[in-house]
Amino acid sequence: MTWAVIVGILSSGIRLATPYLYAAVGETIGQVSGVLNLGVDGVMLMGAYVAFFVALRTGSLSLGLIAGAGIGAMFGLIMAFISVTLKAEQGISGIGLYLFGLGLSTFLFGVTIKNVQTIDGFPDLAIPALSRIPVIGEIFFQHNILVYVAFALVPIAWFVLNKTPFGLKVRAVGQNPEAADSLGVNVSRVRYLTVTLGGMLSGIAGASLSIALLNTFQQNLTNGMGFIAVALVYFGGWRVSGVLLGSLLFSTVNAVQLWLQVKGVTIPSDFLLMMPYIVTILVLAAMANRRVNAPAALNKRFERGES
Amino acid sequence: MSTSIIEQVQVKELVARGIVKQFPGVLASDHVNFDVHSGEIHTLLGENGAGKSTLMKILYGMYRPDAGEVLINGTPVRFHSPLDAIRQGIGMVHQHFMLVPTFTVAENVALGLPSSRRVVLDLDIVSRRIEELAKTYGLHVDPQAKVWQLSVGEQQRVEILKVLYRGASLLILDEPTAVLTPQEVEEFSETLRRMINEGHAIVFISHKLHEVLALSDRITVLRNGRVVDTVLAADATKEGLARLMVGREVILQVEHPEVTYGDVRLAVHGLSANGDSGLPALRGVDLEVRASEILGLAGVSGNGQKELAEVIAGMRSSTSGQVFFDGTDVTGSLPGKLLDHGLSYIPEERMVDGTVRDFSVEENLILKDHHRQPYAHGVFMDFTKIASESDRLIEAFDIRTPSRHTPLKSLSGGNIQKLILARELSRNPSVLVAAQPTRGLDVSATEYVHRRLIEQRSAGTATLLISEDLDEILNLADRIAVIYEGRIMGIVERGNVDVEQIGLMMAGVSEQTTK
Repeated sequence: MTWAVIVGILSSGIRLATPYLYAAVGETIGQVSGVLNLGVDGVMLMGAYVAFFVALRTGSLSLGLIAGAGIGAMFGLIMAFISVTLKAEQGISGIGLYLFGLGLSTFLFGVTIKNVQTIDGFPDLAIPALSRIPVIGEIFFQHNILVYVAFALVPIAWFVLNKTPFGLKVRAVGQNPEAADSLGVNVSRVRYLTVTLGGMLSGIAGASLSIALLNTFQQNLTNGMGFIAVALVYFGGWRVSGVLLGSLLFSTVNAVQLWLQVKGVTIPSDFLLMMPYIVTILVLAAMANRRVNAPAALNKRFERGES
Repeated sequence: MSTSIIEQVQVKELVARGIVKQFPGVLASDHVNFDVHSGEIHTLLGENGAGKSTLMKILYGMYRPDAGEVLINGTPVRFHSPLDAIRQGIGMVHQHFMLVPTFTVAENVALGLPSSRRVVLDLDIVSRRIEELAKTYGLHVDPQAKVWQLSVGEQQRVEILKVLYRGASLLILDEPTAVLTPQEVEEFSETLRRMINEGHAIVFISHKLHEVLALSDRITVLRNGRVVDTVLAADATKEGLARLMVGREVILQVEHPEVTYGDVRLAVHGLSANGDSGLPALRGVDLEVRASEILGLAGVSGNGQKELAEVIAGMRSSTSGQVFFDGTDVTGSLPGKLLDHGLSYIPEERMVDGTVRDFSVEENLILKDHHRQPYAHGVFMDFTKIASESDRLIEAFDIRTPSRHTPLKSLSGGNIQKLILARELSRNPSVLVAAQPTRGLDVSATEYVHRRLIEQRSAGTATLLISEDLDEILNLADRIAVIYEGRIMGIVERGNVDVEQIGLMMAGVSEQTTK
């Protein structure tokens, strides 16, 4: 293994972390407020499809991105309506949302685009000066705009959750909604906001695949990435810093796996493809008893005690 | 007070006139008149279901009255939600704390309030204001501490701070002393006095008669949704208040007949065990309970009482030491085995460990014996027998329920406790472990439980009575053991009780030197 190979693997590790970061940070915000959305993968597929379709037809990547974010927010809103207003079981409604997103994106793809096409996605944007630092520059500072934004999202989400009155409300609603309600916090409104925001970020996660990283769309493009994003929230212990660490670990293992495939190692590629998932399961099992930071009201519907 | 951050009027006087609130099947408030003014503590006294909670929730904007009006400083007000009440200077401390355990004290106080730095939290400023308030009212607590690390007494201070921080001048306190230790009650009443001196008005809800008498200026007694009487605390007596509450003579002190003690039924030798946190909770406990004896275990909450009860009941494993039933070593036996040995257990958490919420009254009554005679024959259940036995127990233990099919969760706390008593005592136990058997019960239910425990004592049962209510232990126990930090500090005979000495042992100050 040469220097160049290592740099290449690390650089693609950073790139590949992008969709996981968007989706997992969005899911973290929702879960911290007490709503588990298992439909992330379906929302990502819708975001990926809509962003690709709009970019393909209009030629504008920005319009594609906005459309992808918009459809994600809409799906988030649907999830909020089902789980907050209708008070349905969160886990099951999330699976429903996933299947809806998978089915609808496949159907629309078949009707509108029909065969696999590619576009020119967001170009790489070398950061002046920084990108010329040897090794470091190549690993960190020669990516497209969506990669940078994904990483910038981590400190922003941390700040909002931990340093603002809104973040305090979000965390309180996820830990003890009755207490928040007794102080005049509108539990439903907070959860609508977080779940819709989470959906929007999942939509962007999908868009980052279809118009920035892979620059194509096909049936089930995400291949379960959204579920990995949900796992990463647990992995990260409901902290955005933990989610960042998990995303990087996961995407780097993925990059190694891709490199091994390209090198034509004699292990069947199916086994290589399993690698990141096996790592996830092992880490999650090792962390099973470390749920200190878990939102106590996660996956529980909130009903006011009084009439 | 400059520490208030919400502009609001000071409540000089609140008057509720002709309040009516009808619930399906119950008239919870029947033309209730009530008033409280600045500088006084006005207590609402009544049995469970007398209408205290309803009135309180109307005053705090959680319910809207069907008729009647509420006036603040002479002006009629209408509340649509607690937020409206908060804006009018009314604050409430709920019986079940409304705190976020993973948050710091400051975060709990700041929750829901606008920040002085707009979109960025101002927890340092909040902390400073909390410290000022704490100093004024003697509510000492570290603003930086996480709530889950605080004792129950400290958590209550946080609740009061939350209310004061929002500038409340009328405080509604729902059974605030129910969870406090005797020392904490003392500090708490000191805080109340300071608040009164600062011009606050306080509505106090309780059914502990001696505290009500000690703390209140006026007392309004409610029964069946109606005001029975409003009296000055100075003119009231415990017996008189109990009579007003219940509507008949109440025996506050149950009779304690002479009995002849039998052999040792329950013995615990050198018992140690860990608590939920994995730290030692019991450190070499020695106790013996004879037939026809009630051994009272006194102590401040969290000194190993819960763990002791659980180890004896087979629900927690010990790290060393033994438990004997009638001389047989039963250490480490499963609960089912202990039931066969004649153990009955009234757990501290009656909704968690004692019953199944969603099961019917009848199903809860047969929980422990559903698999044997007379309720079952082989693999088949005998529903006719179950029905007739359930009806007999409901009758015998005066469980107020529409039918034996009613789900348990719709029963009141007192009736659930009667159901547990019915199940546990009808098994005619050789050993009974009763943990906090009257916590949260009103006067008549408490009287009932006490009478049953004494009857069981006369029938020869060896009872370990664990209670944080010292009066209860003094009333019922033949001997009193005091537990502190998992050790028995001393055992006192009923005949020569020195309350002062027991209090010191409870605080871990003095270990018994004689005997």
